[in-house]
Amino acid sequence: MTNQRPHTGLRARAETLSAPMPPLLARAEQLARTLLMGGHGRRQSGMGDEFWQYRPAQAGDPGRAIDWRRSGRSDGHYVREKEWQAAQSVHIWVDLSASMGFASKESLPPKSDRAALLAMALSILLMKGGERVALASLGTPPRIGALQTRRIAEGLSQKAPEDYGAPDASLFLPHARAVFLSDFLGPIEAVENAVAAASDRGISGMIYQILDPAEEAFPYQGRTVFTSMSGAIQHETLRASDLKTRYQERLAERKDRLAKIAHHAGWRFATHHTDHADLSALLWLYEALEGPR
Amino acid sequence: MWVLGPIGFSAPWVLLALLALPILWLLLRAVPPAPIKRRFPGVALLLGLTDEEVETDRTPWWLLLLRMLAVAALILAFAGPVLNPRAERGGSGPLLILLDASWASAPDWAVRMGQVNQSLDAAQASDRTVCILAATDLPAEGCVFRAASDWRSRLPGFVPAPYAADMDVLEAVVADLSAPLETLWISDGLQRDGREYVTEALQSLGPLSVFETGMTPVALGAIEVTEGGASVPVLSADANAIEEVTVVAFGTDPAGIARVLATETAEFAAGEAAATVEFDLPPELRARVTRFEIEGVASAGAKRLTDDSLKRREVGLMSIRDSGEGLQLLSHLHYLRSALTGRADVIEGSLADLLMANPDVIVLADVAQLSGSESADLIAWMTEGGQLLRFAGPRLAASDVARTEDDPLLPVRLRAGGRTLGGAMSWGEPKRLRPFSETSPFYGLTVPEDVSVSSQVMAQPDPELASRVIATLEDGTPLVTRKPVGKGQVVLFHVTANAEWSTLPLSGLFVDMLDRLSVTTQAIELSAEDLEGMSFQPTQALDGFGRLEEASAMAPVAGPEFVAARASTATPPGLYQSGETVRALNVVAPDDALILARWPADVPLIGVTQAQERPLAPWLLLTALALLAADILVSLWLSGRLFGLRAASVLLMALLAMPQDIRAQEVPDDFALAATDELSLAYVITGNPDVDSVSEAGLSGLSRVLTARTSVEPAEPIGVDLEQDPLGFFPLLYWPITSDQAIPSAEAYAKLNTYIRTGGMILFDTRDADVAGFGTVTPTSAKLEALARVLDVPALEQIPQDHVLTRSFYLLREFPGRHAGGTIWVEASADAEEVEGMPFRNLNDNVTPVVIGGGDWASAWAMDERGFPLLPIGRGYSGDQQREMAYRFGVNLVIYVLTGNYKSDQVHVPALLDRLGQ
Repeated sequence: MTNQRPHTGLRARAETLSAPMPPLLARAEQLARTLLMGGHGRRQSGMGDEFWQYRPAQAGDPGRAIDWRRSGRSDGHYVREKEWQAAQSVHIWVDLSASMGFASKESLPPKSDRAALLAMALSILLMKGGERVALASLGTPPRIGALQTRRIAEGLSQKAPEDYGAPDASLFLPHARAVFLSDFLGPIEAVENAVAAASDRGISGMIYQILDPAEEAFPYQGRTVFTSMSGAIQHETLRASDLKTRYQERLAERKDRLAKIAHHAGWRFATHHTDHADLSALLWLYEALEGPR
Repeated sequence: MWVLGPIGFSAPWVLLALLALPILWLLLRAVPPAPIKRRFPGVALLLGLTDEEVETDRTPWWLLLLRMLAVAALILAFAGPVLNPRAERGGSGPLLILLDASWASAPDWAVRMGQVNQSLDAAQASDRTVCILAATDLPAEGCVFRAASDWRSRLPGFVPAPYAADMDVLEAVVADLSAPLETLWISDGLQRDGREYVTEALQSLGPLSVFETGMTPVALGAIEVTEGGASVPVLSADANAIEEVTVVAFGTDPAGIARVLATETAEFAAGEAAATVEFDLPPELRARVTRFEIEGVASAGAKRLTDDSLKRREVGLMSIRDSGEGLQLLSHLHYLRSALTGRADVIEGSLADLLMANPDVIVLADVAQLSGSESADLIAWMTEGGQLLRFAGPRLAASDVARTEDDPLLPVRLRAGGRTLGGAMSWGEPKRLRPFSETSPFYGLTVPEDVSVSSQVMAQPDPELASRVIATLEDGTPLVTRKPVGKGQVVLFHVTANAEWSTLPLSGLFVDMLDRLSVTTQAIELSAEDLEGMSFQPTQALDGFGRLEEASAMAPVAGPEFVAARASTATPPGLYQSGETVRALNVVAPDDALILARWPADVPLIGVTQAQERPLAPWLLLTALALLAADILVSLWLSGRLFGLRAASVLLMALLAMPQDIRAQEVPDDFALAATDELSLAYVITGNPDVDSVSEAGLSGLSRVLTARTSVEPAEPIGVDLEQDPLGFFPLLYWPITSDQAIPSAEAYAKLNTYIRTGGMILFDTRDADVAGFGTVTPTSAKLEALARVLDVPALEQIPQDHVLTRSFYLLREFPGRHAGGTIWVEASADAEEVEGMPFRNLNDNVTPVVIGGGDWASAWAMDERGFPLLPIGRGYSGDQQREMAYRFGVNLVIYVLTGNYKSDQVHVPALLDRLGQ
C-alpha cells in the first residue's frame, strides 16, 4: 500500500484487501479508547516531557539545566529533571491458521476474529502510548504511526492455509516485548522453541491462548468423525461423550505446559474464551505489558 | 379365510413375508448408525484416544427387535386379521326376517339390527332373497323378497314402535306367504296373544329360528297418587332376572327448567315380577312431575307420562274486605291461607277476577249475598266442574240467604240466627265432632279430642238433608254439607274459617279435610259418556325409544275411543289434549303384566353368544406406526443427534398429533399485566373508530393532567372490549354512548353488574348536553336507556350541590365537558335532613356506581402527543376556562373514585376534632 505507482490491478486488490480493515480498525479503536492512556513513563529521570523531580545541582550540570525559579526560593541551585520516556518495541504474533477460524456457535465470533481484534486494539493502544509495534507475520521492524496501523490491519486480514500455526521469533528485536496470540492447539514444541529463542535474546512477553467455549466443554455425543478445519486430521469415535473427560485432561495438560513454558522464560500466560468480554482480555494484555518487568 | 384359533386372516399368503424377517435381521444388524462429521480444531488433542466401548458400532439387539416387531406388525396387518371370524351359516331359498319391533326391543335395538345385518351378510354371500318385516309396521303390499344388498339401505328405516304388534294382522300377512321359506324371528321376548298361531304358520312354511337378546323387558305401570306423593309400579318380564332398578321423576323446577325432581330405587323381592316405588313428593313437587322413567332403559315402556291427575290445584280465596285494620289472626282467610300454602296455588281477588282465572276451587268465607250476575257466573263455573267451598260467619247468619228456599250456592237451607254453645249466656258445652261416617269423603280421618264448636249456623231439616251432610257434631247437627252442582259441587262449613266459632281451623283435621275435598274434585274418572263429542288432540308422542316428539300434526282421537284406547298405531302413547284437559296415554295399560315369551321346544333359539367380528388390521398398523416412531427417537438418541432442541421438536410433533383439549386462560396474562402494572383509566370500545380514538385521547389527556396536578399518575388508558376483557382491574370506566353501538351480551352484562356491585364506577357520556334539555330524548340517551335496562343501576338523582364530587379535589359548581350546562346524575343519597347534626351527606358510604351525563368530557380532555388540545371548545378565553373546568371535573372524578368518601370525611375533620376536644 505504500506503493504509490498507478496500477489498477494492485489497487483493486488492495481495496478488496483493505475492505475488512476499516471495521476492524474502528472496533479496535473503540476498544482501545475505553482504556485510559496514562503517560508511558519509565519511573526514572531521563529524557521526556513530564516533570520528575528537582535535585540539587551538581558539578557537571550545564548551567542552562538549572531551574532558576526553584533555585530562587532557596540558597542552593536546583536542576529540574524530567521523567525518562522511552519507546518500547512490541512484536505481536497472531496465529492466522485455519484452526483459528473455528466458532462453535453462530453467535460467537471465530477465534481469529477475536485475536485480530485484540492485536489491533493492543497495537493502537501501544502506539498511542508511543511504543513501536510490529506484526510478526509481516516481518517488518516495529514502527509507529497510522501507516503501521494500516499495515498491521492488512496483515491481520490474511489467512494461512495450514491447520495450526507456529510462532516465529527469529526476526524479533532483542530486548523487545512479544505477544503470542493463538489457540496453541497445534504442535507445542514450536511454541517452546520460539519462546526459548526469544527469551534467549532478552525478549519478555506473554502467551495468550484464545479458545472457543466448545473447545473447553466438548459438548459432543454419539458417533462422530472429528476433522481439523482443513480436514487433514481426522478422528472417529463411536461415543463422543466418552472422550469428554480425557479430552479435557489433555487440554488442561496443554495449558499446564504453556504455563510452564511461560514461567521458565519469565513470560506470562493466560487463557481467554471467545464468549468472554473482549475488553477484559485487552485489559489483561495491556496490564501484562505495563506490569513489572 | 384361514382361521388360526380365534383369529382369521383374509389374506393369509401375506404371512409368508414373515419368513423374510430373519434376513432383515442380518441386513439391519450389519449397518451401524451413520456418524456425524464435525469440524473441531481440538481434534489434535483427540488423536490417540480410543473408545471405551466398542459394542455400539452395531445396532443394539433391542433396537433390531423393535424394528422387527414393527415390520412384523405391518405384515400381520396386511394379512387382514379378524378376531372372532364368523363362520358361514348354511341355508338356501328365501329368508324372512321378522322383527317384533316393539318398545320392549328398543333398549338393545342395535344388537337386534346387528343380527339382521349378519343374516343379510350371510344371505348375500349365498345369493338368497330376503324379506324383512317389522310386525308393528307391516307394509300394505305384504312381504316383498329382495336381494340382501337392497335391504341394507332400508335398514335404518326400521325402528321400534312404542306399542306392541297386532298379532292378528301379522297372522294375515304370514298366511299369504308360500313355502319353502326360512324364517328368523327377532323377538322382543314378550308373550302376546296370537304369537303361537304365527309360530305354527311359520313352522309350516319352513325352518324357524328365534333370536333373543336375553335382556329382560321392564316397564312402568300406572301411577297412583298417594298421601306422601306417588307410587309407581315397576313391571319386569322375568321374576328373577332383575334385582333393582332406579326410577327417576322428571319435571320442571319453579323456573320452568326441566330437571330430575326425585330418584328412587325399586327392589324386586325374590320371585316377584313387580315392585313398587314410593316417591315422597310434596303436593307442589308432585304437581310438577312430567314423567317417571327407569334410569338407563331407552324404551317407551320405561317412561311413564303424567297428566292432570298430578297437577296442582288452583284455589281462589274471597272474603268481604275488612273495613278496619283487623288483626291477622281474626282474618277469615288466615287459616285457609296457611292450610293451602304449598298445597295449592292460591289466588285472591274479587269474584270476577277469580272466575276469570277459572280455579279448581273457590272459597267464600262468610260471604252472604252475591249479585245476580256473580251468582249466575258461579253456578256456570260449578256446572263446569268447579268446587265452591263456603264458610259460615256472622254475616251469613245474619242474612236471609236460603231461609225459605234452596239457594243454588248453598247446599242446604239455613235457619235464622244459628246457635251458640257453651257461651257465657248459654247452658250447653261446646260440642265435639262425631266420627265420620263411611259415606263421608272424610271417612278415615281421626277427630282430635280438642276440636270443639261453639257457634254454628243451623240447617233446616229437609228430606234431602241427610244425604248432603258429610260431617256432623256429637248431637247430629250438620257441620259440613255438600251438594253437587253440575260436574262440580258446593260445600258449606257451618262454622267460620277463623277460630272464632270453633277450634277446627286450629287443628290438623282442618287441613286433612281440605285435602280430601280438593282431592275429590280431581279424581273425576273419565267415562265414555262424559267424553261424548269431545276429541283429544295428540300434542306430544313417545317413540319406541321413549323420546318425546312433537305430534300436533297427528289426527285427533274421539273422546269415547280415547278412553278405551291402548297404545297402538292409531293412538300412539303420548300426551293428548282436549280443551284444558291434558291426558296421558301410556304404553302399559293399568292391568297389563309383562310375561316372557314361550317358544315351542323345536324352535331353535339364537342368542348373542357369538362375539362380534372385529378386524385387527387398524390396531396392528397403529402399533407398527408407534414402534417406528419410537425407533426414530431411539435412533436419534443412539447416534447422539437427540439434543435438547431436537428432542423437544420431536416430542412436540408427537404431541401435536394427539388430540388436545387446551382451553384459553380466562384472563389473558398480558392484558391483566398491562392493566394492573399501573393504574389505568379505561374506556369502553364502542366500535366507532372516531369515538374510540377521542376516548383514548381524552383519557390520555386526563391522565397527563392527573400526573401533573395530583399524586395519581395513571399509565396510558386502556380500551376495554366488554365481551372479552375483564373489568375488575379498572376503577373507572368511561363509556361514551353512540347510537349505533351493539347491546352487550348477557355475559358482558353479568360482568358489568359485578363490576358495579363490587365498587367500580362507570361514567356514561351521552355526549348530547348541547341539544338535550328537559324532556327531550336524543338518540344517544335513548340508546343509554336501552343499554342500561339490564344494568343494576340504583336510584339516581341530579347531583346535589354538596356531593363529594364537588369537593374531592377542586371545589366545583358545575361539570362542563365540551358542552357546558348539562346536568349529571349520580346514585341518590339518603335524605340529608334525616341525618341529625350532620350538615353534610355522609350516608352514601360507597362511591356512586354510575355517573351519567352528556358533557362529552373525552372531547374536552383530549390531547395530542404534544399536550395540545385536540378539539376546540367554545371561543377564546371562556373556552379555555371551560376546558380547565372539564379537567377539574375529571380530576375530581378520579380522586372521588379512588378515595371514596374519605374526602367527604375530610370535610368534617374540623368538626370531628372539635368534638374530640370536648
